[in-house]
Amino acid sequence: MSVARLVDSVGPLAAAVGGDPLLSGEVDLTVVLIVLLKVLVIFVGILVGVILMVWFERKLISDMQNRIGPNRAGPFGLLQTVADGMKLIFKEDLIPEKSDRFVFALAPFLSLVPAFLTFAIVPLAGNFNDDLGGTVEILGHKTFMQLADPQVGILWFLVMSSIAIYGVMLAGWASGSKYPLLGSVRATAQMISYEAALGLSLATVLLLSGTLSTNGIVRAQSGWEWNIWMTGIVPFVIFVIAATAELNRPPFDLVEAEQELVGGFQTEYSSFRFAMFYLAEFLNTVTMSAIIVTLFFGGPAGPTFGLTNWVGVYVLPFVWFFAKMFVFLCMFVAFRATLPRFRYDQVMDLGWKVLIPLALAWFLVLAGVRVAADQGWNALAVIGAGCAGIMAGGGLLLLALKSSQAKRLAADSAAAERSALKQTGGVR
Amino acid sequence: MNLLAALGAGLQATGGDGPTPIMAQPEITFSAPAQVIFAVTAVVMIYGAFRVVTTKNVVHAALWLMIVLGGVGINYVVLQAEFVAVTQFLVYLGAILVLFLFGIMLTRASMGVSEELDNNLKPVGAVAGLGLLAIIAYALIETFGNDKLTFQAYQGVAGPNSNGRTQAVADTLFSQYLIPFEVLSVLLLVALIGAIVLARKD
Repeated sequence: MSVARLVDSVGPLAAAVGGDPLLSGEVDLTVVLIVLLKVLVIFVGILVGVILMVWFERKLISDMQNRIGPNRAGPFGLLQTVADGMKLIFKEDLIPEKSDRFVFALAPFLSLVPAFLTFAIVPLAGNFNDDLGGTVEILGHKTFMQLADPQVGILWFLVMSSIAIYGVMLAGWASGSKYPLLGSVRATAQMISYEAALGLSLATVLLLSGTLSTNGIVRAQSGWEWNIWMTGIVPFVIFVIAATAELNRPPFDLVEAEQELVGGFQTEYSSFRFAMFYLAEFLNTVTMSAIIVTLFFGGPAGPTFGLTNWVGVYVLPFVWFFAKMFVFLCMFVAFRATLPRFRYDQVMDLGWKVLIPLALAWFLVLAGVRVAADQGWNALAVIGAGCAGIMAGGGLLLLALKSSQAKRLAADSAAAERSALKQTGGVR
Repeated sequence: MNLLAALGAGLQATGGDGPTPIMAQPEITFSAPAQVIFAVTAVVMIYGAFRVVTTKNVVHAALWLMIVLGGVGINYVVLQAEFVAVTQFLVYLGAILVLFLFGIMLTRASMGVSEELDNNLKPVGAVAGLGLLAIIAYALIETFGNDKLTFQAYQGVAGPNSNGRTQAVADTLFSQYLIPFEVLSVLLLVALIGAIVLARKD
């Protein structure tokens, strides 16, 4: 088979995976160029965005703490991040002698690349108000304003956030030193725990939208039917808390608790490798804000005042998208500036004993409401019965926990008494 | 997961005598790129699988396993079973392998080469491995024989609400295969309880 034939037949495969109307027809040079253009715009866009985010976070925290913050490099210190990056590039790149060199070098990439890739599924603009469904026309081709819209879209986000765990985990192990290892074990446990809550709260959104594709989720929210109130706020709150923990940002930044662990998993990293971890951290913050907006706040949806020209299709939706995202960026910064760090057992308790059961219960009640709507039952009665059932189940669980705890305490005190008797030779 | 995998393969396998309701229109195919991708991933996966058992570093073994499992996921993508592919990534790479690594780090987290990973049971292992290969090969040849996969674009992808294949997996899973699915979940629960019983002293 000739090369040209081979290139021709890539199209259907791309269509099968991409799910974008752009790729469904014939794949010619324009289509390839459009895809490359999208890649370039998204890559440069989030890179610049992240640089500004680092500056913004430092500046806002400075304001909150009555300091000035970065103000030397460029106007308002805007170029501070670039200056820091340049400095880090020219620093000596230390690799600990006992480290596993290959994995040590690999880990920062495993942290950074998923953060970039997640952005591929975020719808950035496009008019979702009418029947357009977020499609725009570039050079005569219909397409979405997102790099890819796979059928399994939002699962891609979950996959990437679980791949990102590898970066942290392997960085800690490959450093060949105690504190990084402890930090990475902590981080991994935390990220795995909160991924469950993240997925369960996300499932309620999928239940309402009836699709996994991000474009479909945004489309399902058009006309102010935003998932934040359609799912009843609780999944949104759970998602934000779990996302903060997943990002290892304060108040969940036990991963790099300076007082306990030096710098956590990145203790041994220096120079550009450290810069990559730093970049990944902020990139993940931006990405997570974008995902929250997509899932719960209708993505780029918003009033377009009936405009269907380039203002109504590109500018206004992107402005809405950015404005919503900006709120969450501010929220994450405010978390960092105002909240004290959790203790480790508190983090685990919150994740496993509060968020996961709550998200699961909420999901079941919403599923019940859906069934009630299908069957024509009274929705309120279903919600009441569901809540009663869940509370009864939760009560039983609490009872079991309490009784086993009492038993354990009794056993502990008996054991303590025995050892005390042994020490004193039988004399109380 | 094997159920899912079988399901994905079953949904996508065409040709032969099997029912082919999903892929009706034959004109668009992507056999060539699919075969190229399969050839590359197959070679990488075989080398990776070989390194999993030969490397002397337990974390490196886990990383090689990551490549093997990722290759399986890529093959699912080529078969247009993205849901199965993503589940493969999510479950194997995102959960199981992370837990492997987590276990390694909680216990010894040994750096460098550890000699005790090897033992003198290599002949037995080789016999067992070859036996397994023979069984699987026989089962595959017996089942699929001369069937040919034709890689045709799934019609309906272009539509706006195109979650057809994911829906098909869900429909089959929760109707036809409901009982195996539930039995599997009970099996997982048993494993969970067993682990707790083993781990807890009181």
